Amino acid sequence: MTRDQIRQVILDILAKIAPDEDLSNLKDDVPFSEQMELDSMDFLDIVMELRKGYRIQIPEEDYQHLTTMESTVTYLEPLLKDVESPAKPAG
Amino acid sequence: MNIQPARGVDGSPVPGAERGNGASGGSSRRVFRTGMNVAGSLSERPYDVVIIGAGLSGLAAGIRLAYFEKRVAILERHTTIGGLNSFYRLRGRNHDVGLHAVTNYAPPGTKKGPLSKLLRQLRLSWDDFGLCPQIESSVEFGDVVLTFDNAFERLRCQIADVFPDQADRFDRLVRRIREHDELSLSNRYQSARAIVGEYLTDPLLIDMLFCPLMFYGSPTAEDMDFSQFVIMFKAVFCEGFARPENGIRPILKTLVRKYRSLGGELHLRAGVRRLVHDGDRLTAIELDDGRRVRAHRVLSSAGAVETLRLCDPPLTAPPGVQPGEISFVETIFCLDCLPSELGHHRTIVFYNDAARFRYARPAEPVDLDSGIICSPNNFQYDRPLPEGRLRITALADPEFWLTAPEPEYREQKQRWCERLVEAALRHVPDFRSHVVDVDMFTPRTITRFTGHVNGCVYGAPNKIRDGRTPLENLFLCGTDQGFLGIIGAMLSGITIANLHVLGQSQRSVPLSPA
Ligand SMILES: Cc1cc2nc3c(=O)[nH]c(=O)nc-3n(C[C@H](O)[C@H](O)[C@H](O)COP(=O)(O)OP(=O)(O)OC[C@H]3O[C@@H](n4cnc5c(N)ncnc54)[C@H](O)[C@@H]3O)c2cc1C
Repeated sequence: MTRDQIRQVILDILAKIAPDEDLSNLKDDVPFSEQMELDSMDFLDIVMELRKGYRIQIPEEDYQHLTTMESTVTYLEPLLKDVESPAKPAG
Repeated sequence: MNIQPARGVDGSPVPGAERGNGASGGSSRRVFRTGMNVAGSLSERPYDVVIIGAGLSGLAAGIRLAYFEKRVAILERHTTIGGLNSFYRLRGRNHDVGLHAVTNYAPPGTKKGPLSKLLRQLRLSWDDFGLCPQIESSVEFGDVVLTFDNAFERLRCQIADVFPDQADRFDRLVRRIREHDELSLSNRYQSARAIVGEYLTDPLLIDMLFCPLMFYGSPTAEDMDFSQFVIMFKAVFCEGFARPENGIRPILKTLVRKYRSLGGELHLRAGVRRLVHDGDRLTAIELDDGRRVRAHRVLSSAGAVETLRLCDPPLTAPPGVQPGEISFVETIFCLDCLPSELGHHRTIVFYNDAARFRYARPAEPVDLDSGIICSPNNFQYDRPLPEGRLRITALADPEFWLTAPEPEYREQKQRWCERLVEAALRHVPDFRSHVVDVDMFTPRTITRFTGHVNGCVYGAPNKIRDGRTPLENLFLCGTDQGFLGIIGAMLSGITIANLHVLGQSQRSVPLSPA
């Protein structure tokens, strides 16, 4: 997947976890938690959705990389480089 | 006047009777028809998780786990789902077992708070529960009345009106409440009365605030844990009440449909009678009919003491964990008119007519000093419900109701039903000539059909917040984990599923073959 495709994957996951949030103006360099209501339960869900949709395991010590869209995409890039982009959102 | 329970005894079609008990065969009647696995073909292969109980906490935990592809089976002893908040049909009418109101209401689109958290976690939408907000409710102590609705400002103004010298103090208390992290799993017991007493000085106001919060969620007599007080304060006063037009049914059906669509198994009439263990871990789950099931982990919503009693060899409860003794009688009156036509417009009235409000196991079979009057009609529905209903609830002495021999039990039910109505007439227009049907249930009914010791609605006084038990793969969810009520129970199931199954990635060793 390309960076753009990974970004879309994350957006799809966020839309599923927080259906009442407007994600169209999400800034990539600002922490998710400063732009939307996300608590620790929701962060667990990002990890769980990635595991469910793409079979990637993210160890707890790496959760810190999932702070902003930019850092998340950078962290996931090597993990998802050989994975096909989904035709439609996973889940 | 006909205000006796028409077919009084618990041998009549009150919920307990309709469901039967898996252990003794029970009735073959299927109350619920969404294609649940009634006869039940349980898998030989170990499940990732077995959940004991298809109440609100068990169903919510099941959805979380099935959504994330765990192999889950919910084992429920009874013939239908819902536990303490189930439903039944009696003489052609639908009744809810527990539901007065869903607390923690928030309007569609709200991003914060328990209800939105819960919907997100279960991947449900606002419309799935179809909640309609209340009209207004009140706390009535003799002639002193505080009204409130789902806008917190209303209560603030009422307090400033009725208790002017307490207004600033109340605001400071509210600030303390808002700052408190009531959901932290590491909170220790703190006396809510001691903390509230640091802010408010009028004992009447203090009691009037505690009254609804205790009635709707205190497992302990007279005082509450401060975190539990804060949970209930937010649930009742800050967020408020709502109800789906058709009661608890649509909520339960939504949960079951979701759970099954994700591949979760639901087995009714599948009571667990023994949890076999080796001192560290559960090794087998034995059902009432002798079948055995294996699972990597077990979540139990049966209650703390109740779950430990299933363990074989027996396990002693950790210090402080004993069954509670707060229980209720509940009367349901069907009317030939709407409560509003009699001049009763309030959703819920919490009343007390004694000098002090006592929340404790009463010395008499039913506490006639205080109670709750709920009208399921008085919510903001699009159209009025077809029939008028009033429900009156009061504290009850579990021992009396659990031990009364059968003929006396029946007589006493009638007698106390009438006395309870008479006492409540100070706070509701006399509706007795309009009653067309009555049902009443007692702590005996609750014990019979949910298995909770002493008919305890809010479980044991000491909660086990992290859900741990002496066995490393057995966890508690629901009432005795500490989150109570309809929304609370679902959050409890979610929290424990997240904490002990989904949050940890390492595989546990499967239970050894039975
Ligand atoms: C009269 C009454 C009125 C209420 N009113 C309201 C209200 O208005 N608003 C509100 O928010 N809350 C209300 N509640 C509280 C609410 O119903 C409960 O807090 C909630 O339903 C608890 O859910 P739970 O899943 O923790 O427990 P339960 O519902 O008790 O679920 C436990 C389940 O486990 C099953 N079980 C037990 N032992 C076994 C076994 N060995 N094997 C298999 N299955 C077993 C039981 O049959 C039961 O179905 C009321 C409760 C009552 C009784």
